[in-house]
Amino acid sequence: MAVYKKTYRPYEGELTPSRSRFLVVTRYAFEDLHRSRFLNIFYLASFLYPLVCALIIYVQHNVSALGLLGVEGANRLISINVTFFLSLLGWQSMLALFMAAFVGPSQISPDLANNALALYLARPFSRLEYVLGKLSVLVILLSLMTWVPGLLLFALEGYEEGWSWMSQNARLASGLFLGAWIWIVVLALLALALSAWVKWKPAAGGLMFGVFFVAAAFGAAVNNVERTHWGHLFNVSYLIGSIWVALFEGANKTTNGAIFFRSPQGEELPLWCCWMVLAALGLVCLYMLTRKIRGTEVVR
Amino acid sequence: MEPVIELDGLEVRFGGRPILKNLTASLTGRSIGLLGPNGAGKSTLLNTLLGFHAPSGGTARVFGRDIRTHAREVRGLIGYMPENDAFIAEMSGVRFVRLMAELAGLPRGHALERAHEAFFYVGLGEVRYRALGTYSLGMKQAAKLAQAIAHGPKLLFLDEPTNGLDPPARTRMIQLIQEIRDRGDLRLMLSSHLLRDVEECCDEVLILKDGHIAAFCNLAEERRSNRRFLELETRGENNGNFLAAIERLGCQTAAGAQGRLKLVLPEGLEVSRLYEIASEQNVQIRRLSHKRDSLEDIFLKAMETADGRL
Repeated sequence: MAVYKKTYRPYEGELTPSRSRFLVVTRYAFEDLHRSRFLNIFYLASFLYPLVCALIIYVQHNVSALGLLGVEGANRLISINVTFFLSLLGWQSMLALFMAAFVGPSQISPDLANNALALYLARPFSRLEYVLGKLSVLVILLSLMTWVPGLLLFALEGYEEGWSWMSQNARLASGLFLGAWIWIVVLALLALALSAWVKWKPAAGGLMFGVFFVAAAFGAAVNNVERTHWGHLFNVSYLIGSIWVALFEGANKTTNGAIFFRSPQGEELPLWCCWMVLAALGLVCLYMLTRKIRGTEVVR
Repeated sequence: MEPVIELDGLEVRFGGRPILKNLTASLTGRSIGLLGPNGAGKSTLLNTLLGFHAPSGGTARVFGRDIRTHAREVRGLIGYMPENDAFIAEMSGVRFVRLMAELAGLPRGHALERAHEAFFYVGLGEVRYRALGTYSLGMKQAAKLAQAIAHGPKLLFLDEPTNGLDPPARTRMIQLIQEIRDRGDLRLMLSSHLLRDVEECCDEVLILKDGHIAAFCNLAEERRSNRRFLELETRGENNGNFLAAIERLGCQTAAGAQGRLKLVLPEGLEVSRLYEIASEQNVQIRRLSHKRDSLEDIFLKAMETADGRL
């Protein structure tokens, strides 16, 4: 019907499947993010490190390329091992923190500030789907920055080295995948929870950094004053680093974590403590989201 | 007629405090008014039907679907225009309505087409690409109506739709609501504390007071019965004969002082016949008015306490 025919008519057409409807929210959020030139440039820049890594892997296995560059022995300087992949994950994860701090606060706070949640939830669309839609924005963005390039590099190295290398180092791939996912889930939940509770976007972004850096400084202060290591429980990057080392190397530890995510030797905490603290952080975030994501606020 | 909304002992509590108390009614009207003073539970009732609050007792059904067990299906049938400002300020009007239509399940293309249509329908066609945050209050109200109808619901919840509107904008909003009502594709539930809005738009009224039903009436029937109830003021010397003559036509009459008469016309008797009889009896009818038991009367009666105070 032409729009100039100013009349109301009921809709009798087909409906989209309800199971994939949460992706509508994700799509609109991506359209909004795409408008920010700064975010686009930052996002593209975040792929520089994996690109350099890919170049290193290629050059390492290409003697003629090394010859052309006049550095025949350079392939012995950098070895493609646990440290290489942990460093990649560490760098990319730190960039992911910045990305989450920029993107996360703009997800829920505008809807809350404008009372738009009542309109979302007055449709056949649940609170869970809403959170899932918003979570997907961060999960997709951060996945493309962390485990996706990580696994592509693993595949490239495997292609160059052969099947035996891949099977011997399968733990690296699973470590990359699971380690990145743990970080992504923590970041995404925290970003959304803060976005739901702090309506002013810059404050929510600042709080994201606060949770990681200020809490880590507090933990360090506790360690110094109490002469203990338990203050590390406040240091999320320490907890993540400890879990990564366990995922990448199991019991045979040769490293103490990744860049930005180190667990200093001799100061290790039981792994189950690290898992428990991260799980508790996730549950707190979910609780915060449950409290705030409602069609209408009840004033008791 | 199939009930639109059935309330079956519906109770809602917030923190142990009862807000809706054992509401039981079957609403069948094309356009249902929800009246009550502030804090009576009107918005809570709408929010409960939308599934925002879980009933603490009883249940309700919308087009036969239980809100406890078929909440998602129920929300698929409803278009909701909330009382407060509700939009995303940075979004353009048409993009926002399109998003809302897509969330209701419309495919992208259909959602965009209907978002444009809805904007033209509510009279915002020319400003549909402007950010919602820049709209005036009247435009925001119209945009809220656009998002409520864009996905083609079967039931429309309008929570205080004329709030803050100037007289021309109010008239336009009421006309839109009447137009939607008269098309008959869509049932309406209009919550308001403005009697005039409800009187102009609704044919059934549920009046809430302190969380319970204070009155429930069919305005259409009230209006029909009001049409048969007349008040006359007459002049002439032969009033007694006039009274007797109209009683012989089947009218119930009551004579007052100074030639004032109250009468109920029987079915089929036209008012013009009264003038003929008055002429025959040499009586002048100086004033004739339909006695209206207005919504205000009904509302005030419902709000009265046992001691007769409001």
